[in-house]
Amino acid sequence: MIFREIRLDNGLQVIGEQSPHVYSVALGFFVRTGARDETDAVSGVSHFLEHMVFKGTDRHSPEDVNRVFDEVGAKYNASTGEETTLFYAAVLPEYIPQTCDLLADILRPALRDEDFNMEKKVILEEIGMYDDQPTFVVFERLMQKHFAGHPLGRSILGSNASITALTAEQMRAYHRDRYLAGNITLAVAGNFEWNDVVELARKHCGDWPSGECPRAMPPAHPPGGLEVITRTTSQQQHLMQMAPAPSAQNPLRYAAELLTVIVGDETGSRIFWELVDPGHVETAELGFNEFDGTGSYLAHISCTPEETSANVRRMQAIYDDINAHGVTEEELTQAKNKVSSRIVLRSERPMGRLASLGHNWIARREYRTVENDLTTLRSLTTADIRRLLDAYPLGAVTQATVGPLTSL
Amino acid sequence: MTEQTIHHHTFANGLTLLVEPMQDVQSAAFSLLVAAGSIFDPPGEEGTAALLSDLITRGAGERDSVQLMTDLDNLGLQHSEGAGHNYLNFTGATVAENLPDALRIYADMVQRPHLPEGEFDAARLGLEQSLRAIEDEPRQKIMIELRRRCYAAPWGFPNEGTLAGLKNITAKKVRRHFERCSRPQGTILGVAGKVDFAAMVDLVGQAFGSWKEKSEPEFSTGSRGLACDHINHDSTQTQIGIAYDSVPYCDPDYYAAWAAVGVLSGGMSSRLFTEVREKRGLCYAVYATLHGFKDQGRVLCYAGTTNERAQETLDVTLRELARVADGIEEPELERCKARAKSSLIMQQESSSSRATSITRDWYHLGRVTTLNEVRREIESLTVGRVLDHVHRHPARDFTVLTLGPKPLEVPRDLS
Repeated sequence: MIFREIRLDNGLQVIGEQSPHVYSVALGFFVRTGARDETDAVSGVSHFLEHMVFKGTDRHSPEDVNRVFDEVGAKYNASTGEETTLFYAAVLPEYIPQTCDLLADILRPALRDEDFNMEKKVILEEIGMYDDQPTFVVFERLMQKHFAGHPLGRSILGSNASITALTAEQMRAYHRDRYLAGNITLAVAGNFEWNDVVELARKHCGDWPSGECPRAMPPAHPPGGLEVITRTTSQQQHLMQMAPAPSAQNPLRYAAELLTVIVGDETGSRIFWELVDPGHVETAELGFNEFDGTGSYLAHISCTPEETSANVRRMQAIYDDINAHGVTEEELTQAKNKVSSRIVLRSERPMGRLASLGHNWIARREYRTVENDLTTLRSLTTADIRRLLDAYPLGAVTQATVGPLTSL
Repeated sequence: MTEQTIHHHTFANGLTLLVEPMQDVQSAAFSLLVAAGSIFDPPGEEGTAALLSDLITRGAGERDSVQLMTDLDNLGLQHSEGAGHNYLNFTGATVAENLPDALRIYADMVQRPHLPEGEFDAARLGLEQSLRAIEDEPRQKIMIELRRRCYAAPWGFPNEGTLAGLKNITAKKVRRHFERCSRPQGTILGVAGKVDFAAMVDLVGQAFGSWKEKSEPEFSTGSRGLACDHINHDSTQTQIGIAYDSVPYCDPDYYAAWAAVGVLSGGMSSRLFTEVREKRGLCYAVYATLHGFKDQGRVLCYAGTTNERAQETLDVTLRELARVADGIEEPELERCKARAKSSLIMQQESSSSRATSITRDWYHLGRVTTLNEVRREIESLTVGRVLDHVHRHPARDFTVLTLGPKPLEVPRDLS
């Protein structure tokens, strides 16, 4: 694999990892903007704007955008998170020019009033759809509670009220401020010629306005607590827990990834043997999310309402034991074996590489090969896990639950 | 596209091994189908196969439950086990050098599982909760219930079982299901990735060759549910499920049927996405997909929309389904072909998709189609051929199911 990078005069960063033995190429524009960069007045605008990007430009009507992507057989989509809005397409190498042209063009969308008003209905439908899914509701409420007063506490979708009140002019202003060349990275992974991609980027993105967007990164001070949302129509009780963990800039994040595999992976973990295998829960997992300047452990349980309190105690017992005694050598080896294989499998496809390529760059201005990741993973010891636990113990600092229960 | 070499070998006991060596990957993946799926669940005991697919992982051969799971983890195997209609499905992928050891463990699981009675309650509780969790996911629930209404039993029955059926199952019944159904004949093992055919024949011969044949188990058939139905559910959105007849994978008309569904729902420029979502903003999610068993196929269609706009969504969707018979534009078909071509080529990057694909082909066709053959089939499609298919299998005699606070009006002339 060969890595190349260049910064265009306007500040747009172009990075590429060439793997000549694959059949396709994945291209993604990573815009460093998301829910955390919004204000109350425009809550949900990042995600709504992500939809509006597909509504075309002066050169491409809304129908053209979808038509051209389908004509080149692209697998394409977009996503909006707390920190990043991503527009991507995986195509065969011969279609790089059309794909690059289209992706770049739609990032300067027309944002026509008529399209804005129509797409607003779709966004309200999406909010309605998630409202019917308890796991989504519980996650959103947990983020709001855990990160109360912090930018990460903002909702990605926004609310019915904030989306209804949002105007096209507010969205245009947000786009003007955030979609600056210095705030965007074009990442390319797979089978492509570097010089061709740079030339395409210059041609299609060279006239984008320059500028960078500072991001507020205040430390998070989770107040903690429990929120119970009662839904008598729900069959299962859905519960999530959060606790502080290393940030995207903290080297302890590697240990955190491994620790959550040991404690809360879908199979073979402590939580699996204590809660899932005996049938106490439908699902129980622990994961780790890194953000700019902060991070969190996130646990998720789905179980019967009657068994919920006992399951919370079982989780706490696991946390206490791990915090006090750390993990065993056998557990560490097993987790390394699992994660190494996952890294290798995920990296075989350009789409699998694109996500880590782009994320490493925008979070840390860093390029890491698959081999770098494997070497770091293999070097971790139980002492590293101990250091992590001393700084970031496992726990249920903040909890939210949705289901029939009225209290916990 | 490079021509693939796909090998097959059928052992004396009836098990078929398929191997697709892939030069450019470091991984290897398998898909193992054992003909002990949910269609063999005794009536009133729906969920038996699903429980077997859980219990079968709780110790086999010389390994107890913990040892088995730990060994799979140490092999870095990403795996899943579950009940399908015909088969218990086992899939796994890992770095190529670890695949042989993983396959030996699966050989134990399908031939010598412990099925420990002491863990039966735990498995049953887990499955019961999965079934209850589906009740909390209306998007999943509607499609499970739609299949019950558009296919006769046992094909329409959910392969994960039912809460009612689960109450009647015991540890002994699960063991009986295993003893009755798990057999080498009809078992298909597909392997793809950085592997060698001759070495795989040796390995699989050693691991599965002594598996004893059994007589073919029987299953009972039944009826299907109401063609027009509603499930009351207190929710923000109404879920709409629509089904109509099409053809199965083995039908000579399959690729034409695939293209007709592609015109409706293949990519964001397709008709349902354009007419229902883009032009009218009626919903976030709308799609149609070709679904099938060995001898029958259906088009299954989904839309989820807020309750006030559900009637309009149903009307517009039904109109679009019927309108395909009026004509297809040449560029619509060309876009379907372009999407197919890129997915076929990208499949060569994934050992897991190839393993699943060759195994599915063998089940449905008794042979494996190469990617080039599929590409030729798709390139030979014309608007005329696709329309002929649509006229032979028009979108009508719909099964319509809704889930939400109140039923919708289904036009009489359509259902």
